[in-house]
Amino acid sequence: MSDQGSYYQRDRSWHPAALTPQYKTSVLRSPQYPLLSLDNTISEMTGPRFGHGTIGPLDNDLIRNFAKTGDAIGQRIIVYGRVLDENARPVPGALVELWQANAGGRYRHKKETYLAAIDPNFGGCGRAITDAEGRYWFRTIKPGAYPWPNGVNDWRPAHIHFSLFGHAFAQRLITQMYFEGDPMIWQCPIVSTISDKAAIDQLTAVLDRNATLPMDALAYKFDIVLRGRRSTMFENRMEGN
Amino acid sequence: MFQKLTTLKESPSQTAGPYVHIGATPNWVEITGVWDEDLGLVLVGPDTKGERIIVKGRVFDGSGNVIKDALIEIWQADADGLYNSPEEKRGKADPNFVGWGRQPTDGTTGEYRFETIKPGRVPYKDGRLMAPHITVWVVARGINIGLHTRLYFGDEEAANAECPVLARIEHKFRLPTLIAARSEENGMPTYTFDIRLQGENETVFFDI
Repeated sequence: MSDQGSYYQRDRSWHPAALTPQYKTSVLRSPQYPLLSLDNTISEMTGPRFGHGTIGPLDNDLIRNFAKTGDAIGQRIIVYGRVLDENARPVPGALVELWQANAGGRYRHKKETYLAAIDPNFGGCGRAITDAEGRYWFRTIKPGAYPWPNGVNDWRPAHIHFSLFGHAFAQRLITQMYFEGDPMIWQCPIVSTISDKAAIDQLTAVLDRNATLPMDALAYKFDIVLRGRRSTMFENRMEGN
Repeated sequence: MFQKLTTLKESPSQTAGPYVHIGATPNWVEITGVWDEDLGLVLVGPDTKGERIIVKGRVFDGSGNVIKDALIEIWQADADGLYNSPEEKRGKADPNFVGWGRQPTDGTTGEYRFETIKPGRVPYKDGRLMAPHITVWVVARGINIGLHTRLYFGDEEAANAECPVLARIEHKFRLPTLIAARSEENGMPTYTFDIRLQGENETVFFDI
């Protein structure tokens, strides 16, 4: 591997801004000063790595990993994809963590009071580590839409939260996955913190009939892109990205 | 039509939301039996080299209210200033220190707390030493993209004065927002690092 430089600057017009008043909680939780720009130092170009030994055999199976008396209730789905960097290279060994509500839109969390029922066989957390080609996969239940106290009648689209560790702390990312064709994507104040439709589309998983397990589970494909890294092509040799 | 670059766009961030604990610290919200223990709770063991310290603090919103649903992650070098990462090319870090930790802010008091070690100094890009520091990352409901900051140590005045990163803060009155004051708690050196997201004494956040 050639000597590598810092990670590409984040495009903060592609990401959501800090202050997005339609998402009310952001109003008092957004910094007012500009961020201090800092080309990566080694403090940001390193990061924790999690071995495959971290992961148990059911950690990526949300239908079974909290099951007490049977499988979780709801639409059985596979969520799979690759973790890539901006150079379109796979990111192997990435820790992918996810969490979600159950089929009725109810989270298993002590501060959650929505009246939809808890599923006794569904916890809602999963994790995986990408393989040598950057691939991950989960088996889960498609989450339901969920009302929340923002506007008087705001509902979140069906979504799965994703947390990613790449190879550097500079790549640390938390995001949300939405489902192709859901009309609620386009009326959500959290989705609309992202101003570019193409960026929202990047968070929308597509139905993949070819990856579906017949008579068992539908499949959605969701690729995730982390920051890419410069090659120091003029200091060393012309290898490029 | 111009040629197109072949690079991809980074996946855009979204808020971690109020239930981030389900994925990050499930045992802490009583989702038990899925994995044995939550990742990142313990940084030090009996064989870890370095001075044991406590790092604690709270996160405040723009009205001065304490945020009780935040998640804090830290990343730091070992006692000799080496990172436990395959990207670390300067030497082999202490194998008994991962250097990464994760804690929720307490649902009642809003306090976060890590037991860790004081990191050694690591070099800036040009070889000058930065002052000892811990990288801190904050996510919560209402935060659309995770906030990066750095904790520096109040008892490292000489090192802080020559740190090339701290020197980049143009408005010097903001510099103390990155300095954690040292105190003692049950005989342990304790550094308090409060994070103010907005308004008076707003913490310096980095675009790294």
